[in-house]
Amino acid sequence: MDTQQQQQQSPVQGAKVLMVGAGGIGCELLKTLALSGFHDIHIIDMDTIEVSNLNRQFLFRRSHVGLSKAKVARDAVLRFRPHINIRSYHANVKNPEFDVDFFKQFDVVLNGLDNLDARRHVNRLCLAADVPLVESGTTGFLGQVTVHVKGKTECYECQTKPTPKTYPVCTITSTPTKFVHCIVWAKDLLFAKLFGDKNQDNDLNVRANKAATTSKETDDVFERAEDEDIEQYGRKIYDHVFGYNIEAALANEETWKNRRRPRPIYSKEVLPESLTQKNGSAQNCSATDDDSTVSSMPLLGLKNPQELWGLTQNSLVFIEALKLFFAKRKKEIGHLTFDKDDQLAVEFVTAAANIRAESFGIPLHSLFEAKGIAGNIVHAVATTNAIVAGLIVIEAIKVLKKDADKYRMTYCLEHPSRKMLLMPVEPFEPNPSCYVCSKTPLVLEINTQKSKLRDLVDKIVKAKLGMNLPMIMHGASLLYEVGDDLDDIMVANYNANLEKSLSELPSPVINGSILTVEDLQQELSCKINVKHREEFDEEKEPEGMVLSGWTQSPALNGESASTSNNESASTSNNESAVDVTESSSGPEIASKKRRLSDNDKRETENVESEDDDLMEIENPITVSKKKRRVA
Amino acid sequence: MDGEELTAQETALYDRQIRVWGANAQRRLTKSHILVSGIKGTVTEFCKNIVLAGVGSVTLMDDNLVNEESLNANFLIPPDENAYRGKTVAEICCDSLKDFNPMVLVSVEKGDLSTRSTEFFEKFDVVVIGYGSLATKKAVNEKCRKLSKRVAFYTVDCRDSCGEIFVDLQDYKYTKKKLEEKVECELNFPSFQEAVSVPWKPIPRRTAKLYFAMRVIEVFEENEGRKHGECSLLDLPTVLEIKKKLCEANSVSESHIPDSLLERLITGTIEFPPVCAIVGGILAQEVIKAVSGKGEPLKNFFYYDAQDGKGVMEDISNSFTS
Repeated sequence: MDTQQQQQQSPVQGAKVLMVGAGGIGCELLKTLALSGFHDIHIIDMDTIEVSNLNRQFLFRRSHVGLSKAKVARDAVLRFRPHINIRSYHANVKNPEFDVDFFKQFDVVLNGLDNLDARRHVNRLCLAADVPLVESGTTGFLGQVTVHVKGKTECYECQTKPTPKTYPVCTITSTPTKFVHCIVWAKDLLFAKLFGDKNQDNDLNVRANKAATTSKETDDVFERAEDEDIEQYGRKIYDHVFGYNIEAALANEETWKNRRRPRPIYSKEVLPESLTQKNGSAQNCSATDDDSTVSSMPLLGLKNPQELWGLTQNSLVFIEALKLFFAKRKKEIGHLTFDKDDQLAVEFVTAAANIRAESFGIPLHSLFEAKGIAGNIVHAVATTNAIVAGLIVIEAIKVLKKDADKYRMTYCLEHPSRKMLLMPVEPFEPNPSCYVCSKTPLVLEINTQKSKLRDLVDKIVKAKLGMNLPMIMHGASLLYEVGDDLDDIMVANYNANLEKSLSELPSPVINGSILTVEDLQQELSCKINVKHREEFDEEKEPEGMVLSGWTQSPALNGESASTSNNESASTSNNESAVDVTESSSGPEIASKKRRLSDNDKRETENVESEDDDLMEIENPITVSKKKRRVA
Repeated sequence: MDGEELTAQETALYDRQIRVWGANAQRRLTKSHILVSGIKGTVTEFCKNIVLAGVGSVTLMDDNLVNEESLNANFLIPPDENAYRGKTVAEICCDSLKDFNPMVLVSVEKGDLSTRSTEFFEKFDVVVIGYGSLATKKAVNEKCRKLSKRVAFYTVDCRDSCGEIFVDLQDYKYTKKKLEEKVECELNFPSFQEAVSVPWKPIPRRTAKLYFAMRVIEVFEENEGRKHGECSLLDLPTVLEIKKKLCEANSVSESHIPDSLLERLITGTIEFPPVCAIVGGILAQEVIKAVSGKGEPLKNFFYYDAQDGKGVMEDISNSFTS
């Protein structure tokens, strides 16, 4: 072995590495790490193997379906590298056992995750444990690898990440304009109402029937009497949600002034009088015990999931799927949640979304497409994952050698930009206004009289700040915390607080209050300055509150540009980064910038990608970073 | 299209990638036949990727017996001497690859690629030569070009932490999506012979240095009768001599090709697994594009160097001179 290879080997062989994720990127990464001479690898993944993984997660076979990804990946790699140490954890990285001390034992952490939430969690633990992080993501042919070293480069959260899109409630309940709105309605409202927890808040009727009926009456529609015929029940639901509700909504002329009026659809218009006679075998068809394979499609002679069904076919699927839930899966009714791998659930949601789409004049979609939208399915191919895994290992080796000048973020592009398919960019310094790594206070505009502590916890502390086990303090007063070691009285107190509006709390939170929000597991603490505001725009601010501070305004951007430039003058300014940033902007990169900045404003028509949290391919960020960096 | 539907089993298995390239592309993939020769790390990665993608068949050629060295950067060979003793690299890799996707036919073809007749290549849609000699690459490329059907031709080579891919799709038509419109495009690829004989002088200065360096190494191996990787620092004077001659013949300054780069290429004889993954990934992506007719293909060289982290495509043909 020559000297250069030896130099590459020594820091590698002594390194202890943590991999988070044993999926698409994870399988490739574990293989490449093992081949590259890494000897001590720990790997965490909570998932089990599914058939749709097998096209790219090459360490898994059909016989492994249902088994732990981390465990099977470990065993598969040990077959070609038997003498290395791989430890697998079939667990959620957010579990408390993976605390700061756990992270401290590693020389570098490598992420191959599929969701924003876990990425942010790992970022915080890496910052707290002061362990470098190499982060990655892929969507189709696009991919990226970034390096995050505390104090040297920006952390994963220095730039805002697009969070999964939420839609205004009334768009979903009353005025859908895109197919994705129909999917959200079918999945989160109708499916949840029929098969999920009956006690959950559900807006299904509230708006459509505000004028027409009381909520008590409408609730009764969804109740099925013990002896009620399932098909009759299904038709009743059908007529209620696609017929009666639409008609009730049409009564409100104001809503339809500038909108296309929806068409009420009743089952008798599209379906024969009785289906049971025609499909008498429906309820005792070839019974299998596996719930996830129960399907209405064979009964209806439907085979191809990519085929577009008409209104009648969708209506038949709606009724048959509903019947099958009651006939075959009665025990689960009341606690089902939508799962993209639940065939019958996908069929029901596809059919319901399509009937609603028909009603509102929105183009219908195939089951295959609907499943992708409903399940937020990430487009994935093996090649991009393999490339990204290779790039991760290259960065990991630089990190282990502490070769800070050579760290790069690398983007895999589908179309070459200035001849490059793999584009390296010099990483950026920490954002001084990052609330995660620089502890900058946040500002929360909220109606302190109307909003409950629960809203703050759910919509801000968990959803926006990504905290797992939060604790909220106002001055010396503890308003809320989560943990195993709390006694009953405290739990009761906190639960009572959740239902109070902010201004009614034991220590009232009003305009000018400063809250401290902490996550002890993530060792993250941040301050929130509270500003009272009366009104919120339902369309633009559907959450009824606005968090700001970590989102950089354009003005702030300019400021950090000058700071960054001053600082970079003293750090070594690598030639190749200049090369990338000097940008002899060809037409491709120019059009790319335009497209990306549009994307940044989140106005793209591509609904699938909006919902796809892996879509934070972050190219828009690269562009803004470039501006910040270039002298 | 050809009317044949994907089976339910195929739709379930390929779900995530059909969402990337569509059902028609998947159907074309399942009917394609790929010939691969010279199975080291990068080609191993390539094979894994196309078997997972679900091509129709993969035919492997590599009669070298498995030894300690072939284990490097190759995850298809379990390191059990009892299992691999007496077997060729192609045989062992074939067994492992079959396992990755039962729907792909993986087989071994014995013998020397360079002595095969033109008709032999007609069975394939894609031919990939890994780590081949200059003579082999030229000869096979010419045979592929003689056939009435188009056989996509690729070569791949990795040294130290650098990689090179060459692509010849002859006259290639594809559709490109421009905004919402579909545009028909056509590309004309030079042959391997033409692409490596382009005069250097008119080639733009920003072109990857690896293009020139790899030509020097090719000539060195050809002159000295060396196989891929059969070189060391001791050969540097000879290599520099060849560089000097080539630069003079092309009327360019010797600074065109850094000596340090040539040194890396002849001393880094062991493949660097992350680079194998990257170059093998790009190569598979290109083959998938060419087979499915979707997306703009790479024309006609690709270079990756882990040292600067750039993966660039270079279009090198006689268009510079005309």
